[in-house]
Amino acid sequence: MSRCCDLFCRLCVLAALLWTGLTSPLMAMEAAPNAQDPGVEARMVHISEELRCMVCQNESLASSHAELAADLREEVRSLIRQNKTDDEIKAFLISRYGDFVLYRPAVKPMTWALWFGPFVLLLVALTAMVMYLRQRQKTLPQAGWTDEELKKAEQLLKDGESA
Amino acid sequence: MIPELGHFALILAFWIALAQGVLPLLGAATGHLGWQSMAKPVTAVHFGLLLLAFLALMWSFVVNDFSVLYVSQHSNSLLPTGYRMAAVWGGHEGSLLLWAFLLAFWSIAVAVFSRTLPLAMSARVLGVLGLISTGFLAFILTTSNPFDRLLPAAVDGRDLNPLLQDVGLIIHPPMLYMGYVGFSVAFAFAIAALLSGRLDAAWARWSRPWTLVAWVFMTFGIGLGSWWAYSELGWGGWWFWDPVENASLMPWLFGTALIHALMATEKRGGFKAWTVLLAIGAFSLSLLGTFLVRSGVLTSVHAFASDPRRGVFVLIFLAVVVGSSLTLFAWRAPKVSMGGRMGLISRESFLLANSVLLVVATGAVLLGTIYPLIIDALNMGKLSVGAPYFNAVFVPLLAPVLFLMVPGVAASWKEAQLHQLVLRLRWVALGSLLLACGVPAILQRMGQGEWLWRTSLGLFLSAWILFGSLKHVLERLRQSGRIPLSYWGMQTAHLGMAVLVVGITMVKGYELERDVRIGIGETVTLRDFTLELKRMENVDGPNYKALRATLEVKKDQRIVAELTPEKRRYFSTAMPMTEAAIDSGWMRDLYASLGDPVEPHPQTGAPRWNLHVYDKPFISWLWAGVLLMVLGGLIATLDKRYRRSSTRVVQA
Amino acid sequence: MPDDGKFGMKKFLIPLALFLGLVIFLALGLQRDPKEIPSPLVGHAAPAFKLFTLAADNQTFEPKEMHGQVWMLNVWATWCVACREEHPLLVEFSKQHSLPIVGLSYKEVQPQDEPPGAKMRPEEKRLLAKQRSEKWLRTRGNPYVLTALDLDGRVGIDYGVYGVPETYVIDKQGVIRYKLVGAITPEILSKKILPLVTELQKT
Repeated sequence: MSRCCDLFCRLCVLAALLWTGLTSPLMAMEAAPNAQDPGVEARMVHISEELRCMVCQNESLASSHAELAADLREEVRSLIRQNKTDDEIKAFLISRYGDFVLYRPAVKPMTWALWFGPFVLLLVALTAMVMYLRQRQKTLPQAGWTDEELKKAEQLLKDGESA
Repeated sequence: MIPELGHFALILAFWIALAQGVLPLLGAATGHLGWQSMAKPVTAVHFGLLLLAFLALMWSFVVNDFSVLYVSQHSNSLLPTGYRMAAVWGGHEGSLLLWAFLLAFWSIAVAVFSRTLPLAMSARVLGVLGLISTGFLAFILTTSNPFDRLLPAAVDGRDLNPLLQDVGLIIHPPMLYMGYVGFSVAFAFAIAALLSGRLDAAWARWSRPWTLVAWVFMTFGIGLGSWWAYSELGWGGWWFWDPVENASLMPWLFGTALIHALMATEKRGGFKAWTVLLAIGAFSLSLLGTFLVRSGVLTSVHAFASDPRRGVFVLIFLAVVVGSSLTLFAWRAPKVSMGGRMGLISRESFLLANSVLLVVATGAVLLGTIYPLIIDALNMGKLSVGAPYFNAVFVPLLAPVLFLMVPGVAASWKEAQLHQLVLRLRWVALGSLLLACGVPAILQRMGQGEWLWRTSLGLFLSAWILFGSLKHVLERLRQSGRIPLSYWGMQTAHLGMAVLVVGITMVKGYELERDVRIGIGETVTLRDFTLELKRMENVDGPNYKALRATLEVKKDQRIVAELTPEKRRYFSTAMPMTEAAIDSGWMRDLYASLGDPVEPHPQTGAPRWNLHVYDKPFISWLWAGVLLMVLGGLIATLDKRYRRSSTRVVQA
Repeated sequence: MPDDGKFGMKKFLIPLALFLGLVIFLALGLQRDPKEIPSPLVGHAAPAFKLFTLAADNQTFEPKEMHGQVWMLNVWATWCVACREEHPLLVEFSKQHSLPIVGLSYKEVQPQDEPPGAKMRPEEKRLLAKQRSEKWLRTRGNPYVLTALDLDGRVGIDYGVYGVPETYVIDKQGVIRYKLVGAITPEILSKKILPLVTELQKT
């Protein structure tokens, strides 16, 4: 009785091996994603792209190969699993590593000049430019070019171009 | 012996550069023709000496002379010869020598190609260049001598940083420095013009080709750096808003503003003072960049090893050069005459707006780059300003610049009608809008990615430039008369910009990555591609040992590519380096990066490794766009008006 | 050129003025160290933890055990090169002063110590860490009243550790008063740590 079982078992194993052998080219195994949970992973990457790796020379937490970076990424993952919001996770890291860890500086009085500066500069520059152009239009008719001189100058300029 | 020769050449060069700086300028100021005419021959000697010094350093590298400290720090006997030669500029001292050498090179180029320039003018230009060279040579000789000896000599060198052992190192720094240093010529012309009091259209015409060529090199250099980071760093990024990258972007932005402003100054004599300021600014930013990168005030992967003494020297040099030029500007510029009429809406005003916007954008980048320094200097703590800030601020500032590219070209000189422009461009606008909304919508339908407003903005702007430029070209072709090369250069460069924006938009909007642990025979899917790990083998390189993975890429069951990412261990460093494998295509790049081994497969016990694969759509368009801009710039320099061999002196 | 009045002439000085401002900041910046990051933990309670120590059996340590005294927490590891440099100073200091120093062994077992592809069991890790740390302390001297083992680095994260060695001075109420990143030098010891400790011990 047991010998029949034995034989049967062996035949089964053989059949199984043959089967996998025949079908494996069609069913190549899919590599396992490193992330346990793609949703958590996506969020982690999104958050850590804006965080600084503290031990690197200017690299983000998302891309750094440093050990501390790997540890902190794991920490972020566990915080995500605890359903913490992005802000809470950032606050967690800021309370331990300081503002330095954020690549996107928080908008607070200390950084108002940073965040609003460029746009203030833009407004000032554009205003100055428009004022300059307007003023130029007003003052220019007084410039001493007679029509003849203008025509001569234009002719000379045209000759100077290759078109 | 050779290193000493090189050192001696540098010392001589310092004195010659001083002569080149002082004598012609004095001669121009006093009207002494003899001294003015010394400028060109002295410049030639200066160049010869620097060439000697440069070759001496290169020689030391090639023959593995480890008794030279710099060589021992940046080379190794196992390093392939090509890299040994490129290692000359792999560190601080050597790269400074490259700077000085290229400065001498540009100087002699100006000396050779300035036959149409009045003597006093060329004397002044070469004089200013000589003074700058003097400063740099003083810097090298006092703080950063590449020929310092190491006694007793090292048995073998510390090797070049493996990250630098790539073809990118051979071309990126020289190209970039050609740009940085090239802006010194525009600067010299501006200073010469201010000194002489002659700030006219002629000055703009003389400056323009030099500025264009410098801009071309700068564009190429930055693009190369970006491409190099992409192919070498192992995770597919190409721009990090790192302080050193910003240090190169800022002069480029000013340089772009300058070539456009020069156009208006040349043709219509418009806003001369502003253009001069831009010329001073572009080179000042080059010098500022040198300071930021070498002084240690900012943290960066690219920064050279810093020494406070060096920082102080460069800062003083920067303060003297820029401070004196801005003082000269404040003194002389008000006396400059105004140019012709320009309407509120005209090509001139669009060009002015272009340069103003670019200056604001540069200001934003500068602010972000040094803000941490400012906060620290004010004792208010430490903060980081990174990519999220720059992306948030720079993109909205650059969008109007891109938008203005079309009406700027379409508008006529002196006066243009706004409603006419709107009328002419309405179909271009509509077409661009359709594309900007249609493409992302279709792609979202096909499941390729979310429709983001950023994508639409990018596509709108690039389509706007593309269609607008095309329309203008067609209209121009229909007109009679020869079309100058500078026109084709402009349109090519603008097209390049459009292509670049498409590349950036699509890659940022639709890139995909998979991070897996993979064993032999396993596959990973990326959109419609299947990558299978075929084998892992150990390979030997000239100065490293590597583990190489072979990935077979299939699409629709057909093999389309093979990727072989490697993990290398260089003999000289303990840190393993990853060498990514890239399969490039017009529509997408497939990028694979091999990681460390991980736990074997839980069921089969087969070994597995970490693997990171990316699908990067349209990233080749970034490089194509840069190349088109470079090509456009080159075409524009070939325009006949710059190759005039004789001057026609015009009596006013 | 028509005279726009005083402002017209002055506006050409704006670039120079802006530039001079920039130079001043750059000069100030040259004197700062961009790598010196102040810690936000100073002035806050030392984060709580409970870790096994180097001592035999399953003895543990918690910071609250040190309440009522001023103490120092020194984060170190045998793989850390700078730790070797500061260690003699610590040993000397511990002999001369009664200030208790608690060692925190941070991630003693590194990824490269683990066999490729396999994970070490926690007990194996603890054993290896113990062996290495004890040997190291035997050879170089032990300034610590005890050494807690932070094997996975979680406590390090709570303390904002990023550049071993790091040293904290904690007061009687358990509040962190000073944090140093990097090796202790005689200067820091005499100029910063000792005066602070003396002051804290008075309260």
